Amino acid sequence: MTRPDPLLSVRNLKVSFDIRRKGSLPWTRPRQLKAVDGVSFDLYPGETLGIVGESGCGKSTLARAVISMIPARGGSAVWLGDTDILQARPEKLRLIRRDVQMIFQDPLASLNPRMTIREIIAEPLITHHPKTPKHQVTERVRQVMDRVGLLPNQINRYPHEFSGGQCQRIGIARALILEPKLIICDEPVSALDVSIQAQVINLLMDLQKEMGLSLIFIAHDLSVVRHISTRIMVLYLGNVCEVSPARELYDRPLHPYTRALIASVPIPDPEKERHKQTELLEGDLPSPMDPPSGCVFRTRCPRAQPLCAEQKPRIGDSLDGHAVACHFPLD
Amino acid sequence: MVVDKQKIRKLADNLAESEVRGRSLWADARHRFLRNRAAMTGLVVLTLVVLFSIAGPWISPWNYEDIDWDVLEDVATLGRPSLENGHYFGTDDLGRDLYSRVIQGTQISLMVGLIGSLIAVVVGTLYGAIAGYLGGRIDGFMMRLVDILLAIPGMFVLILLMVMFGRSIVMIFIGIGLLSWLDMSRIIRGQTLSLKQKEFIEAAVATGVRPLTIVTRHIVPNVLGIVVVYATLLVPGMIMAESFISFLGLGVQEPQTSWGALINEGTKTLQHGMEWQLLFPLGFFVVTLLSFYFIGDGLRDALDPKDR
Amino acid sequence: MALLEVSDLRVSFDTLDGRVDAVNGVSFSVEAGETLGIVGESGSGKSQTVFALMGLLAQNGTASGSIRYDGREILNLPEPEMNRIRAEQIAMIFQDPMTSLNPYLRVSRQLTEVLMHHKGMSQRDALDESIRMLDAVRIPEARNRVHLYPHEFSGGMRQRVMIAMALLCKPRLLIADEPTTALDVTVQAQIMDLLKDLQQEFGTAILLITHDLGVIAGSCRNMLVLYGGRVMEYGATDDLFYRPSHPYTRGLLHAIPRIDHDGAQLATIPGNPPNMLNPPPGCPFEPRCDFATERCRTQAPPLEAMNDGRLRACLRAPEELA
Repeated sequence: MTRPDPLLSVRNLKVSFDIRRKGSLPWTRPRQLKAVDGVSFDLYPGETLGIVGESGCGKSTLARAVISMIPARGGSAVWLGDTDILQARPEKLRLIRRDVQMIFQDPLASLNPRMTIREIIAEPLITHHPKTPKHQVTERVRQVMDRVGLLPNQINRYPHEFSGGQCQRIGIARALILEPKLIICDEPVSALDVSIQAQVINLLMDLQKEMGLSLIFIAHDLSVVRHISTRIMVLYLGNVCEVSPARELYDRPLHPYTRALIASVPIPDPEKERHKQTELLEGDLPSPMDPPSGCVFRTRCPRAQPLCAEQKPRIGDSLDGHAVACHFPLD
Repeated sequence: MVVDKQKIRKLADNLAESEVRGRSLWADARHRFLRNRAAMTGLVVLTLVVLFSIAGPWISPWNYEDIDWDVLEDVATLGRPSLENGHYFGTDDLGRDLYSRVIQGTQISLMVGLIGSLIAVVVGTLYGAIAGYLGGRIDGFMMRLVDILLAIPGMFVLILLMVMFGRSIVMIFIGIGLLSWLDMSRIIRGQTLSLKQKEFIEAAVATGVRPLTIVTRHIVPNVLGIVVVYATLLVPGMIMAESFISFLGLGVQEPQTSWGALINEGTKTLQHGMEWQLLFPLGFFVVTLLSFYFIGDGLRDALDPKDR
Repeated sequence: MALLEVSDLRVSFDTLDGRVDAVNGVSFSVEAGETLGIVGESGSGKSQTVFALMGLLAQNGTASGSIRYDGREILNLPEPEMNRIRAEQIAMIFQDPMTSLNPYLRVSRQLTEVLMHHKGMSQRDALDESIRMLDAVRIPEARNRVHLYPHEFSGGMRQRVMIAMALLCKPRLLIADEPTTALDVTVQAQIMDLLKDLQQEFGTAILLITHDLGVIAGSCRNMLVLYGGRVMEYGATDDLFYRPSHPYTRGLLHAIPRIDHDGAQLATIPGNPPNMLNPPPGCPFEPRCDFATERCRTQAPPLEAMNDGRLRACLRAPEELA
């Protein structure tokens, strides 16, 4: 199977935060919170990689570390096969950031309330091409506004005059204006009303098809991720549990956590929902300050064996692109 | 069918709404402020005080430093406020025209308040925004410096400056300017820290906007509301600080004067039955300060409507 | 007789920008021990309906119509009487548990105070009862954990504490306002499961407000669809899911991606939720409706009963919506 070269190739990425206890002296050693613990993946041009997991699994941290907005403690993220983003010098990083844009969860909070829509959408353009003549900037802003379904005559309005869905379109327009290669979407629809979610999902999928974009799509809603993604990566406590083509993940989950996650998603179908076998996960997420030894999921896993406490499962390679990090995978 | 309908409506919207001008948050705030009666009253009164301090001298036959020798023999009776001899507010115990002296005092006091606040606004905002945005060690260093400066009693520093370098209005500006920005920088730093978490800052970082541009384009405009409110509340503080210094006899130098100096003189001559010498400057002082407070409150309500 | 009967409820607010009619003639009823789901987006009026019910409207809000609880009119009841009903008959849980837990007091104190005040229990009895209730909401080691502060619990556990507190006085009606929206799916499943069990154990009626149709499908016999402050459709959950008769209900059902389907393109509802400051004059859904006619623009449709007992508000006949 020949695949194109990956756009982004992440290997063994680690992010940890220093947690200082309140009131501790400045020279005491801080404790480490491992937010992302050795994550690897490849992202190919034109595909959507969905990243799912519950709060605290490190999905947002991972996405930000990949483009060096949060410093990583180890690993690499190679862009287009030649530059490691994590080691890149500031000027090189600026060049890469021209090709990578981001969309955020809270549509209104991601727009500066004191700027007009024109200024907001134009910001990436004037940051990277400061000499663009003004009328050309305006022309370009109008074009992208039209593309994302905003009326170009609202160019002089302010964010608070728009609804949540429209604000998210403005955020998407800002991400598109430089025609990037990759857009990182951090929970882009979870703050939106149900009827607006579908609009934004469809818009993102259309844009992707049309412009050949790659997307990293982070969400906690498995149904949305499954709908939009080519491949899905499941995270738990900073570790990858499973990577799988989107369809297969639902039909044939290999990791016990993935199965529990899928079973927890309520299905909008009363008949199915009533007769669903739910297998509830016991207990709470362990503290990331003090993760379990071996497999991080073992404390809540119905299939845990003594081996799971001793040895951390490695994520296997697989030909069909469906890999799992589990000593005793389901099948 | 459906598509057609949408297209037609879109077209109609386009025609109807061409040249849509947005209404900025500032415009919204102005609208709310203009409807706030107390704040508007304060603004009108303050404007009148300012106009008085500018235009007042034209309608007075007297200068603020000339002594009216005619009233000097019995200032307590001849120096009463009267329209006939041109001493509208009377004279002080030295026979100088109080009307002109109140104008002079108003000019100095307002200037102290405004210049002090201006220094606080410019220095404090930038200092606080930069410390808050950069964070880490730089923030720690910059803020410890502020802590140290704040630990020294401000009034003590002011008095020391006056005593060491002599009484002059310039020294007052320098002294108040040195101290006034400290609190402002702390407030702005706190605001910046919470703004920094906002996603639009993250969006700017992600596109590669340079740090200084982020501070000036994204942070400063968003803290400006708080700055404006705080500055209007700061002006009375400045005026009071100056008045206190002058009240102690350390402030502006004779024959120049300020509200504080005038009130000081007024209290001394109260027992000679010259109550007007206290009441006129005190009246201006109180009315102006109240106006500033009303305006500050009004601005706060207008800029942050959620607080009500 | 139904436990709760709301008829023609109207809520409006006086704001700086003018009068806002948030709820326009909403009617529904909840039988004892039943779960009614209320679905609606932002601006649908679902939260204001509940606030009116609990007598918790903001200062500038006024409510009219009728809310009968157990046969007694409780709308605009004087504050002391409403307080008693809130404490003993109708309890409420919120999206954010910290809105009803005091961060500065131990959970034990917050729970026992409710019992001592409203049931006149002794401190010891109240503590025992509180621990029993924490056990009932499946908090492990309840006897030890009862003395912790709210922030020492995880998000899901905090939600359980809040549910325990709401159920302490054995209310006959529990209003759950987006109880799982802030939670992860696995925790959401635990909490919904818990609510179902508790309902069976105590026979509490539940008014479940959510935007998640999956949650409704799993736990409600009847559901109410609100939009723009009006009832769009109201009836048995199965009827509405399998045979939606209102364009909005249909639109919603088609717009959600499903984990058990390979949807091709999601169907969308065009446009945006109405701005309640300036609502459409006729049917609130008219500007976004594929089936709207000229009449819909000017005339708000009345709520009418269909053959199977459900109510719908639409000027077009169900057969016409194909």
